[in-house]
Amino acid sequence: MDLTKRVEVKEQPAEQRIHNFDEICYGYNNDEAISEASRCLNCKNVPCKSGCPVGVKIPEFIAEIKNGDTKRAYEIISEDSSLPAVCGRVCPQERQCEGKCVRGIKGEAIAIGKLERYVADCALTDETTSEISINKNGKKVAIIGCGPSGLACAGDLAKLGYSVTIFEALHEAGGVLTYGIPEFRLPKERVVKKEIDKLKSLGVEILTDIVVGKTVTIDELIEKEDYKAVFIGTGAGLPKFMGIKGENANGVFSANEFLTRNNLMKAYEDDYDTPIICGKKVAVVGGGNVAMDAARTAVRFGSEVHIIYRRSEEELPARLEEIEHAKQEGIKFDFLTNPTEILTDASENVTGIKCIRMKLGEPDDSGRRRPEAIEGSEFVIEADTVIMALGTSPNPLIKNSTKGLTSNKHGCIIVDDSGKTERDGIYAGGDAVTGAATVILAMGAGKKAAKSIDEYLKNIV
Amino acid sequence: MFEILSYERLTPNIFMMDIYAPRVASHARPGQFVICIAVDHGERIPLTICDYDENKGSVTIVVQEIGASTVKMGKMKVGQRLADFVGPLGRPSEFTEMDIDELKEKRIVFVAGGVGTAPVYPQVKWLKERGIDSDVIIGAKNKSLVILEDKFKAVAKNLYITTDDGSYGFKGMVTDRLSALISDGKNYDLCISIGPMIMMKFVSKLTEQLGIKTIVSLNPIMVDGTGMCGACRVMVGGEVKFACVDGPEFDGHLVDYDGAMKRQSIYKTEEGKAYLKEIEGNTHSGGCGICRGDE
Repeated sequence: MDLTKRVEVKEQPAEQRIHNFDEICYGYNNDEAISEASRCLNCKNVPCKSGCPVGVKIPEFIAEIKNGDTKRAYEIISEDSSLPAVCGRVCPQERQCEGKCVRGIKGEAIAIGKLERYVADCALTDETTSEISINKNGKKVAIIGCGPSGLACAGDLAKLGYSVTIFEALHEAGGVLTYGIPEFRLPKERVVKKEIDKLKSLGVEILTDIVVGKTVTIDELIEKEDYKAVFIGTGAGLPKFMGIKGENANGVFSANEFLTRNNLMKAYEDDYDTPIICGKKVAVVGGGNVAMDAARTAVRFGSEVHIIYRRSEEELPARLEEIEHAKQEGIKFDFLTNPTEILTDASENVTGIKCIRMKLGEPDDSGRRRPEAIEGSEFVIEADTVIMALGTSPNPLIKNSTKGLTSNKHGCIIVDDSGKTERDGIYAGGDAVTGAATVILAMGAGKKAAKSIDEYLKNIV
Repeated sequence: MFEILSYERLTPNIFMMDIYAPRVASHARPGQFVICIAVDHGERIPLTICDYDENKGSVTIVVQEIGASTVKMGKMKVGQRLADFVGPLGRPSEFTEMDIDELKEKRIVFVAGGVGTAPVYPQVKWLKERGIDSDVIIGAKNKSLVILEDKFKAVAKNLYITTDDGSYGFKGMVTDRLSALISDGKNYDLCISIGPMIMMKFVSKLTEQLGIKTIVSLNPIMVDGTGMCGACRVMVGGEVKFACVDGPEFDGHLVDYDGAMKRQSIYKTEEGKAYLKEIEGNTHSGGCGICRGDE
């Protein structure tokens, strides 16, 4: 066995998967996981762990896979992470743990993400999981938003004995895991629902259809409903548009709308009523995971898809695996290209997208080279559907409806190192605080806030 | 939760329901809306609030059957539960946040059309409860399509009904009625118009000429209703606004109605029209008398 190469993971072939929404990656089986785990050098200075935003003890859990004890491996991961089945699938591992892996210097890094997923999937299907006994302390905590940060915060607090209620604005739990990330990347029944059921079995109550700030306010939850602490994990849900001509035309969608119609409202399934419009030629603007998700959803509706990105391939913010999968699925990338206008016919239907070629100049604040337009290089990409995947920002609703909260110029709620806002008893974390980021950072912020809330409430009778 | 407490059919394709939703009822204000899913796997349907009763914990909605999901909802019965019911969404009417003494000085006229008559009711009622009079013009295609007349009689200072065919009240369009009232010496400082987009467009055109401040309520396509999808974006005064969080009420003189109407038609496929024709006999039931949508 060539130890410089990782054990290949089985996937649905591209020509097959573009006709369905089933998960692409089948994951490792026992033998594959054990042989991949044996490649781990168990480095003393644990560089992989330092690459993990929540510091999962990676070599330790991998050692347990080698020993065949996936249950113990799961316990080790669970000390630092609440959603391993999700993170194993959606973390940008090449920039985190795997990016630091010593094996990666002269070969391929250990497939840490795939091993994490293997361990978590074993645990999700394991019916014998031992019951945890919890001593309820009777103190109520409200969690606003049922995405990764809220789920993580709720789970930790419930285990500590708090009576936790999650308030969710949509009709399904899961936040971005449900409305944003497609089924082919993150199965809803098999993974997301299972994670949520796990929380419910800890006694966490999830109330859907409640828009905090509208249906009830945070101040009312504290004053009238006796919640002793509140965690705000409302994410970054507001879509950005470019502000170019033709953007309100029929056939231009935010990626949020397109993905929500498909993932949350299940437009791709025949027995759901929600319509979705996906033309023959689709242009997706943006280069992040959301752009890849929208593009690959459109491919599955039989469309010819272009991804338009203003920088070069090197700067693509999406996970490497998503970019590779997108290419395999026949998506065309137009790099160093920026839309300037959306072209329409007389009835305001999209007919194309006018773009300009870009070149990379000096690095900007983000450290990436700033794209600059090349004058006179305009050209038209034919399209009847345009999907804008330009990033999202936090919803101002909570800030505007809660006394004493402050936010920065991007609308992100301001908190201290413990996750506390400017008001005692009110904490926040995840994208609502950082702006759009990753599942694992949000999950980590939820766990940190849970710890701070516990310390705060321990001192309150 | 979300039990149907009462059901009344107002016209062949408009029905009224009281829904048990105490949290929504205790926070609802005039001008706001809800989103509901009638049965599992259904669409999220945005609906304006027609009334609310905090004591009973109920919210009244008036629904026009225009697609698969609303038709399914119309077949539900008292005692059944809606799958989901979330709100109140959007901003309350601007006047509810005005100084009451200042508001008492205003001469207010409401111009309602079709199913848009329903969301006008809580506004007129709210004013009446605070001792503020207002006039109401209701437009419908014919007598059988006039809705909520008795409820309005109880709260409006003057109620003017107009029908397209003259089968009841004044014969003509709501704009004709408003012009006639002004000619008869009426003066208004504030006009609030809710109905089909084309009606609001023409009402706004008229009031702009008359110099009357006008508020309209938009009902574009929505998915989540909380600012997340951007489907409901509309140009107001040259700026992109999301009707769900920035509205649904806007300055009627600043709305780009033509753009909004084009966006509204996006999911009206040929199949959809055929389906409606089959079950309703026509594909238009606004009844405002202006849009002539089935011609």
